[in-house]
Parts: sequence; C-alpha cells; structure tokens
Amino acid sequence: MSEVAALEASNIHKVFGDNEVLKGIDLTANKGDVISIIGSSGSGKSTFLRCMNLLEIPTQGEILVHGEQIGFKHLRNGERLPSDNKQVERIRSRLSMVFQGFNLWSHMTVLENIVEAPINVLGIPKKEATEHAESLLERVGLYDRKDYYPAHMSGGQQQRAAIARALAMNPEVMLFDEPTSALDPELVGEVLKVMRSLAEEGRTMLVVTHEMAFARDVSNQVLFLHQGIVEERGSPKKVFENPDSERMKQFLAPKY
Amino acid sequence: MYETIENLLANNDIFTLTTVLGYWDGLVMTVQLVFLSLILGLILAVPLAILRASDNVLVSRSVWLFTYVFRGTPLLIQLYIIYYGVTYIEGIQESMFWPIVREAFYPCLLAFVLNTAAYTTEIFRGAIVATPRGEIEAAKAYGMSDAKAMTRIILPSALRRALPAYSNEVIFMLHASSIASIVTIIDLTGAARDVYAKYYAPFEAFTFAALIYLCVTFLLVFGFKQWEKRWHRHLRPLS
Repeated sequence: MSEVAALEASNIHKVFGDNEVLKGIDLTANKGDVISIIGSSGSGKSTFLRCMNLLEIPTQGEILVHGEQIGFKHLRNGERLPSDNKQVERIRSRLSMVFQGFNLWSHMTVLENIVEAPINVLGIPKKEATEHAESLLERVGLYDRKDYYPAHMSGGQQQRAAIARALAMNPEVMLFDEPTSALDPELVGEVLKVMRSLAEEGRTMLVVTHEMAFARDVSNQVLFLHQGIVEERGSPKKVFENPDSERMKQFLAPKY
Repeated sequence: MYETIENLLANNDIFTLTTVLGYWDGLVMTVQLVFLSLILGLILAVPLAILRASDNVLVSRSVWLFTYVFRGTPLLIQLYIIYYGVTYIEGIQESMFWPIVREAFYPCLLAFVLNTAAYTTEIFRGAIVATPRGEIEAAKAYGMSDAKAMTRIILPSALRRALPAYSNEVIFMLHASSIASIVTIIDLTGAARDVYAKYYAPFEAFTFAALIYLCVTFLLVFGFKQWEKRWHRHLRPLS
C-alpha cells in the first residue's frame, strides 16, 4: 500500500467576480516531492498556491492534507467557506508559506519572528523553540543576524529568515510563492541555494517560480499553468525538453 | 538679568509658602485627573479601536458615532453637560452615588475619560488599519486565529506606530484639563485663579501656572522620547 499523499488537491476552481482564475486543477504531492509551478503572470499559479492553505477559498474542489480533508460549507448566498476555522488553523500550521514580499513581522527581531508561531500556535516551550530557531538560523547562514529587525537586513537575508520561520513549524509541505521575485538578481542565488538544500534533504515543497533553471534542476515535477488550467505537466526533462503544448513551447522560446 | 530676578524676589509678596503650596496641591490634582483620565481612556480605547477597525459596518459605525460625538463637540460643553446633567437623573440625590457625583471630580473625570477615549480610539484605529497586509496574511498562514493575530501581531505593531500621535493626545489632555477649574475643581489653573483673586495679580498668577505646565510637558515629551527609542528600534536606520 502506498503512503498517503502529503497534499492532494482535486478539481480546484477559483472565481473572482465573473473572472474564473482557476478552472479545475489537480495536484498530488507525495512526501519528498518538489513541484514547481510555472506560467506567465495571470495564469493563476499564485492563486492556486494560496488556495492550498486557504488564504483564498477555492470556489470548488477538495483539499486533503496528509489524508485529512478540509471541510467546506455553503452560505445562503452561495459563498463557500471552510466549515471549521479551527481545522483551517491547524492545517495552515502544517503548511508553512514563504511569500514573495517576505512578510516578516516588522516589530520583531529575526529570532522573535521565528519562534512566534511555534510558541503561540504549536505551543512549543520557549526554550526548545529558541534552540531550534537558532539552529535553523545557523543553517540559513543568519545566526549573527538573529537580533536584527527585518528592516535592517537585505532582501535576501529577509527571505532566508522567512524560510527559517517556515522551517520552524516542521511543516508537512512548504509553499513558496515566488520567493525570489522581489530580490535583486545578485541576491536570488543565496535564497535558491537554501531552497535547493531543503529539496535535497527531502522536504516536500510546492514552488511557484519564474526561475526556470531552479524548476528544471531541482524539482521532480513541473506544472505549467495557462489561463487557469494545467497546460503541461511532468518531469522537468519532459516539460522543458519535449513539451506537448504549443503554449509551453512559446513560453520557453527566447523572447528577444 | 540676575539682578532683576533678585529684585523680583525681594519685592515678592505673592509667592509665599502658602501660595506655592496652593500651586502644589493644584498640580497634584491636575496630575491625578489627567493620569486617571488617560489610563481609563486607554483601557476603553483599545477594544473600541479594534471594533472601529472591524469589517462589520454596524459595529464600526456605532463606535464611529461615539467618537464623532466626542470629537465633534467642545470638551467644555461635554463637561457642562455631564456635570449639570447628572443632577437631572431621577432619584440620584437620594441614591448611594450622590456623594460621589456631587463632587465635581467624578463628572469631570467621566467627561475627560470619554473625550480622550474618543480621540485615542481614532488614533489607534488609524494605526491598526495601517498594519501591512502581508504581515496579517503571514499571521494567518502560520495558523493564528483572528484573535491571536490581533493580540500577537496587529496590536503590538499598531500601538508602536501610534505612539507619536498618542503622545500628542497626552499633552493635549494635560492642557485641556485646565477647564476642570471651571467646575470648581482646584487644579493647577484653579490654584492660579485663587492667587489672582487674592492678590489681583493675574499676570504673575497665570504665568507661574504656565511655567509649571511647561515643566510637566517637558517631562512628558522626554518620557515619550525614551519610550519611542525603545519601541521604535525596528524603524530606525542602523547606526
């Protein structure tokens, strides 16, 4: 019997007003999978990722996190909402997200940022959380910056701190929402290096990205989204070297 | 310069020990009144600001009505209405509350508390609304409930942001408290008025009071500056 999937999404739809952004997307992430989601702006890839931890509520479709299905209810006006907020909070604490804009809590030091959710959401004792946070900071190369405030660090350092914050939750799956898109080209490398090392240690990761080299070299599965549907999916080798879809070929073609 | 001061003191019939003690008592009254008003106003303002910033229009509007009324009318009028208004409450003169509200202190305190609560609510609301969206989103994404996100992320960040505006409110409140003297309270201004009445020396009497207000303001400004230094470390550039 195969192991239960870390994250399973089926037939995810999302409608904003009369704009259907996602038109039925399926995804299964098994433990250790690194799945890159690529596509042009407006293809729905960030929205899809945000549906996974319910920052957006999918209009239709089911989500299972390690076999646990998220319950939904319908309001009288037809709006769909999670039926149990406690469940949503629990699920979210198992799916750490790394944001494009870092979103570190600006009034806290790096260390405080990292221990905040482990202590106040997971209920881990402060001492233990601090020790774990320090080892994670060591790992992302920021131990000497632990008492700095986010505004006093470069974008690359902030994003590495945000990755440490995500790791501190011991998440089932890590969700990366264009983690390098807000960074100077020179700082992209230090963040990708950390992400690569996470992939190599067997973390389950969903990565929305524009870094084609990362998608090709690090992930074991690539999804190409176009206008809310999966145009192409498969191993990086297949998607990048021998795509079936016309759109994917255009997407990869040199633009100048 | 030095001689002028010496001359003044030599011919000084007004500022005897008695009058200076009168000013001291007035200052104590002012500090009590302002301190209590600010503390109680603050305790009211935090939950009110949270409600005022809520997405629920009905809730937000009700709080808005309160702040609108108290920011939209002069404090002196509010003081008159509350001070004279309580006597109209049916049976109040026979009730156990009469000894309390008969004194000018409590009606005055009530007016000050409601007034500063209204201003502080709007200051805090502005700061709450200005919390970066991404930070709230991160709080949600890490499994915090709305209440936890409010107490752990939004309020700590908002109250820090509100500090400079709030320090202004504190200074305004100190100065506005001088109208307590109109409803028979002997605060600092009331003490100055007594001196004026006794010696018919308005200039000296009120200038002395003004100097004391200046000193208190200086202490407040200094205190808030220290506080900001601690609380705004995350906003200052690294030296």
